[in-house]
Amino acid sequence: MSKNSEKTMAPKKQLDAIDRAQLATATGGHKSAAEIERSKAFGEVPEKNRYGARMFRDFLSYLLLSVLGIIWIMPIVWVFLESFNADPQPYQATFFPQKYSFDNYRLLFTQTDVFNFPKMFLNTLIIAIFVCIISVFFVLSVAFCMSRLRFRFRKSFMNIVLILGMFPSIMSVVAIYFILKAMGLTSSAMTIFALILVYSAGSGAGFYVMKGYMDTIPTSLDEAARLDGCTTWQVFTKIIVPICRPMIVYQAITAFLAPWLDFVLARTICRTQDTYTVALGLWSMLQKEYIQNWYARFAAGAVCVSIPIAILFMVMQRFYQESMAGSTKG
Amino acid sequence: MGRALIERADIVTGAKVTPAGTRSARPAKKKVAKKVAKDYIPPSPYSLRAALGKGDWSTRLSVLIWGMGNFTRKQIVKGVLWLAMEILAIWYFVSAGIPAIAALPQLGEKAGSKYKDADGFWHYKTVTPSVVVLLYGVIAVVFIFVFLWVWNLEIRSSYKAQCLAQKNGHAPTFRQDLHDLVDGHGEISLMFLPTLGIFVFTVLPLVFMISMAFTSYDSNHPTKFDWVGLANFKTVFGNSGNVVNIHVFISVLIWTLVWAFFATFLNFFLGMFLSMVIERKTTHGKAFWRGLFSMSIAVPQFVSLLVMNQMLQQNGAINRLLESWGWISAPLPFFTNATWARVTVIIINLWVGIPFTMMQITGILENIPAELYEAARIDGANWWQQFTNVTMPYIMFVLTPYLITTFTGNVNNFNVIYLLSGGDPQPVGSSAGSTDLLITWLYKLTVDQDNYNVGAVIGICTFLVLAVVSLITYHSSGSYQNEEAFR
Repeated sequence: MSKNSEKTMAPKKQLDAIDRAQLATATGGHKSAAEIERSKAFGEVPEKNRYGARMFRDFLSYLLLSVLGIIWIMPIVWVFLESFNADPQPYQATFFPQKYSFDNYRLLFTQTDVFNFPKMFLNTLIIAIFVCIISVFFVLSVAFCMSRLRFRFRKSFMNIVLILGMFPSIMSVVAIYFILKAMGLTSSAMTIFALILVYSAGSGAGFYVMKGYMDTIPTSLDEAARLDGCTTWQVFTKIIVPICRPMIVYQAITAFLAPWLDFVLARTICRTQDTYTVALGLWSMLQKEYIQNWYARFAAGAVCVSIPIAILFMVMQRFYQESMAGSTKG
Repeated sequence: MGRALIERADIVTGAKVTPAGTRSARPAKKKVAKKVAKDYIPPSPYSLRAALGKGDWSTRLSVLIWGMGNFTRKQIVKGVLWLAMEILAIWYFVSAGIPAIAALPQLGEKAGSKYKDADGFWHYKTVTPSVVVLLYGVIAVVFIFVFLWVWNLEIRSSYKAQCLAQKNGHAPTFRQDLHDLVDGHGEISLMFLPTLGIFVFTVLPLVFMISMAFTSYDSNHPTKFDWVGLANFKTVFGNSGNVVNIHVFISVLIWTLVWAFFATFLNFFLGMFLSMVIERKTTHGKAFWRGLFSMSIAVPQFVSLLVMNQMLQQNGAINRLLESWGWISAPLPFFTNATWARVTVIIINLWVGIPFTMMQITGILENIPAELYEAARIDGANWWQQFTNVTMPYIMFVLTPYLITTFTGNVNNFNVIYLLSGGDPQPVGSSAGSTDLLITWLYKLTVDQDNYNVGAVIGICTFLVLAVVSLITYHSSGSYQNEEAFR
């Protein structure tokens, strides 16, 4: 409809414009009072200035977009170029590096005695995969119960989760460490397991987006399945989960990204260098004791982490938009 | 094809044009409130009161011997499970739970006490740190509640077995019970693990931290501390404290609210402006511009923030660039002057946040029904009137919940402040820097300075601020009062 209207409107407007232009020339460039009144009413600029004004506004908006675009892209370009800087010192004399080399990447992956970047990468990957699987299951099952099932405590559960979400999460970080210690999970061998546990355990609380999506699936589907003799679990696994696929992809990528991005929990729980996650490792590289030698390699590491995350993010974006279009259209 | 048709039909009839993002952005709360009133679930008839009042001898005996009522109804497996649970619970309370609770009032023995043994050697007693005593105590108290709840379930289960046996001739078998768990009461089996996770790693830490607010657990008492009642609240809200007092608290609180306000609304209006510039009819390459601006989202936030932090140092890249252009003679005090630092974090946060707003609003702009604009034009509205009377109300209607969540998210915006400025510049003798939010102050007090008690008090205050702000704004917002305005 909207597109149609544009199409039908556009020629009309043009005709209008031509008419008026002719009228304007005919009356020697002076518009009649009624004409001016009319164009004012339609929120249009008087005919004479129209083209120029539009060009001017176009020019302004392109100028604005380009300046902002440069500002937005500058830090990213800077990290990228810095990662190839031959001089690993921070605080260079020039904005962009003067000499380029590939050494930072080579050293990042081969010189592993201080910061073992490949190990960090592997740690984070393992954690991310498990967190992804567990939290997708948790989110799906909680969202399913909240959206499709009716039982006592359902509303209380949702309210409690809402209130819990208002407590600052940083507050419980220390307490979580003590709890893990009491469970005997703080030795460096168990750290990865502990991180998986911590990242995925509370994920059931993030069910709201998924529940909103499930709310758009018509209940007639469940009812039909139940008439055919499906149990609740079968309705869940055979009807609801397949329909939720785009949302599951979104949820999975969000969960997968969490361990790559978090550094607060990791900093509290990881006590030895060999259990560091990528975020924590990169953060440590910029601390006072390391920054002199690790500055350029930090940039290289940042690029290595950003590229896969950026790709995943773009995939996620597409699925998120798809799922926002609703579940049952088409 | 079919999809397009249906979508078009939606728009033509003007029925329920759901703007993108609303489903996630609009909290499900009010919807639920209606639904619950509609499909109200009555309480189970097998209540504790009925069980104790109308139960027969075995049901009543099952108060003491768990599973008794199930055994007499031939639910052997269920009975054994209940009995095992009872034995486990008793074993736990005798061996660990009761000593843990008994140690709670004193929070363990005095640290560093030493004694002479028979041969005259000094021995240092290794005492459990108070924090461990407190943790086990809290866990034991929580277990008491869990125990009472399970006890209640057990008695009701016995009574249920009795009633069903009377009604059907026999109580449901174990197999039937299992089937009920995946079918009729699927929520129990589905919710068990997620709820357990939330309980252990969200609720328990919170209870633990809140209880710390009433102790003297700070850097002066790292191992042995005591209950001190409301003394910590007095420190935070009083004048006596050295590093933490009411002045520091008020200044941090005000900056937190100012920050959250600017971070939220500047992001919102500038992001809206940017997306409207991109969405202009005559702008070419819309997808290109959108992609350009959303690139900063795709880069992990901690990376871009750390980079920004490095670039804005006294001798960092930005100052170098400006010096080489000859625009400035001395480096700009980005993180060394309080006002500069505050403005800097707000501006950098624009860099972080505007792309998010832009993407949200772009989706909404595309969804505003065209006939609203047509009607406005016919009524003679100019561009500005269209903006204030059609675009803005629509965006506000859809985005109010989003704005509230962004506001609370900004109050809790740990990453931007901690990674970007680290709270700097820090006045001498104060525990909070000029750009510290409540949340980063809390983090510094607990993780860096080990002042857990005051940190916990600030955490509670942060919660109260958030709860009040979100309740007030939510209830006065248009989308709450008039849910159907744009339907």
